[in-house]
Amino acid sequence: MSADLEKPVAGGGLLDRRLFLKKGLSFSVAALTVDSASAADWQQARSPWMNEPGEPFSNYGRPSSHERKTIRWVMANSMAPGNGVSWTPLHDLEGMMTPNGLHFERHHNGVPKIDPKQHHLLIHGLVDNALVFSVDALLRYPMTSFLGFIECGGNSNAGWREQPIQTQAGYFHGMASCSEWTGVPLSILLDEAKTKSGAQWVIAEGADASVMNVSIPLDKILDDCLIALYQNGERIRPENGYPLRLIVPGWEGVTHVKWLRRLRLTDKPVMARNETAKYTELLPSGKARQFSFVMEAKSLITNPSFGHQLAQPGLYQISGLAWSGRGKIVKVEVSADGGETWAEAALQEPVLAKCFTRFRIPWRWRGGMAVLKSRATDETGYLQPERETLIEQRGRHGYFHYNAVVSWAVSETGEISHVYR
Amino acid sequence: MFIARFLVCFAALIVLPVGAEQSGPGLGVKASETMIENWSLDIFADGEGLPAGQGNAVAGKQVYQQYCLLCHGVKGGGGSAEELAGAEHNLIDNPPDKTIGTYWPYPTTIFDFVSRSMPLSAPGSLSNNEIYAVTAYLLYLNDIISETAVINAVSLPQVQMPNRLGFISTFH
Ligand code: HEC
Repeated sequence: MSADLEKPVAGGGLLDRRLFLKKGLSFSVAALTVDSASAADWQQARSPWMNEPGEPFSNYGRPSSHERKTIRWVMANSMAPGNGVSWTPLHDLEGMMTPNGLHFERHHNGVPKIDPKQHHLLIHGLVDNALVFSVDALLRYPMTSFLGFIECGGNSNAGWREQPIQTQAGYFHGMASCSEWTGVPLSILLDEAKTKSGAQWVIAEGADASVMNVSIPLDKILDDCLIALYQNGERIRPENGYPLRLIVPGWEGVTHVKWLRRLRLTDKPVMARNETAKYTELLPSGKARQFSFVMEAKSLITNPSFGHQLAQPGLYQISGLAWSGRGKIVKVEVSADGGETWAEAALQEPVLAKCFTRFRIPWRWRGGMAVLKSRATDETGYLQPERETLIEQRGRHGYFHYNAVVSWAVSETGEISHVYR
Repeated sequence: MFIARFLVCFAALIVLPVGAEQSGPGLGVKASETMIENWSLDIFADGEGLPAGQGNAVAGKQVYQQYCLLCHGVKGGGGSAEELAGAEHNLIDNPPDKTIGTYWPYPTTIFDFVSRSMPLSAPGSLSNNEIYAVTAYLLYLNDIISETAVINAVSLPQVQMPNRLGFISTFH
């Protein structure tokens, strides 16, 4: 291999992002040779499962029984089990897509058991034709797909705390997930209903027990919003809005109304609880930001991250996720020395706008202390802020829209903890 | 306009046609006035959507104790659910205290939210008079109105919330 690829590209042992692409990478083989004296079972000619027929087919597949620890972590209200959140275990996942059963959840009052035959979508208000659509009717409309993330406006809010929270990356930043959402562009349905002049907002409402409502600017709805019926190829699951949900690319999760049943075009927002009391960010001045819909660029290293243990010094691949509600990610830089020096990570194709982007970079851990960080830049030139900068701008009590750089400290023994540095 | 999305497969560039030029099969059915009326739960800040009925905090206390106290605590605090009243700090304290009294910009939001979502255990079960009354009680608990002030479709939108001007829209 070319020796220059093994030359550090930044402090702390970061290596050229093309390192793993080159053939003939020479590891220190001796250390990795299996101890043949122990003659473990797996060194026999046939493993036990090669000596008998396997399991039969299944109508719907499930993860291996050895992967049962990869689950959503549920945090709900003791008096109301349907009020709370569950988190995507980002620290256990690779690639850019989130498996449907692991997509994060935020429910205000449980998952409704909707009979799709009884469910309808009403479009009314400032339109010439107030229309009702059955689910079967919507399934006949031209569809399009959006590959992208949904992130709760409250994701990563533990970052505002005085002390760094010690929990897995997913249970800190996993109110964000990424899917292929397929359904009907709203522009088609609004074309049919004929928008009246003066319409500026669309109030979206769900058919759950909290009848969740939120106001969204009409321009955005016409630009790129979808009524999604499918998630990653299958009909949307109940906890993600079955039979239909609104998809508002790049905007905070609360706008992607699940179990969507009504869109009302108006000249003003409704000023719902979820756009006044919540999903607004209190600033140090005492004023609060309202209608801060866009999820700004964020990235974090998912592997290694809190809870992972580095087995021994050697070559590792740092891997993480980056996304921006404003467009594509153009650059992710990684630091292994707490931000003293940075090197550019490789971005996994496809790199799509408003979508999770996987980044990776090789790293040689020499066994000492290290602080790993990542920072994303999106196509608008926006750079993910350091925590100090974000707090300077917003104070510590905004709760929503925390997108600062995440730092993981590696100890001399290879344990990973969360730090603010 | 629908933003075109590109999928890069090796060297080939496949453009998925979307959005703008498309039109549907026209399967929307005209919605009846009754349906629209039944489904229109929105209560706007100017009072649009508020139904007939009324109540005051005296009556509202009864409603609150029967249907809300279990989760929200005595006088709107100390329960398992959100604090509704009794803020001990203002918005620039550390930590701040965000309640209806210190934070909510519009009184109508209480009616909109309670009528659609509360009580959590039996949403949609309160009469309009009960919702007006419990709204009055929450405003009273937050020292915004008196115990006997009558709250109805006319008076509710006129209630001056302390933090009415506390919000800056970041959307243009
Ligand atoms: C079973 C428990 C329960 C009962 C009973 C209940 N609530 Fe709630 N309430 C909640 C929970 C939980 C939330 C938070 C909802 C969410 O997360 O969306 C809430 C939220 C609220 C809010 C919004 C608070 C905020 O700051 O955003 C108001 C107002 C409210 N409830 C009023 C009432 C009233 C009035 C009643 C009685 C008519 C009532 N609640 C009964 C559990 C309850």
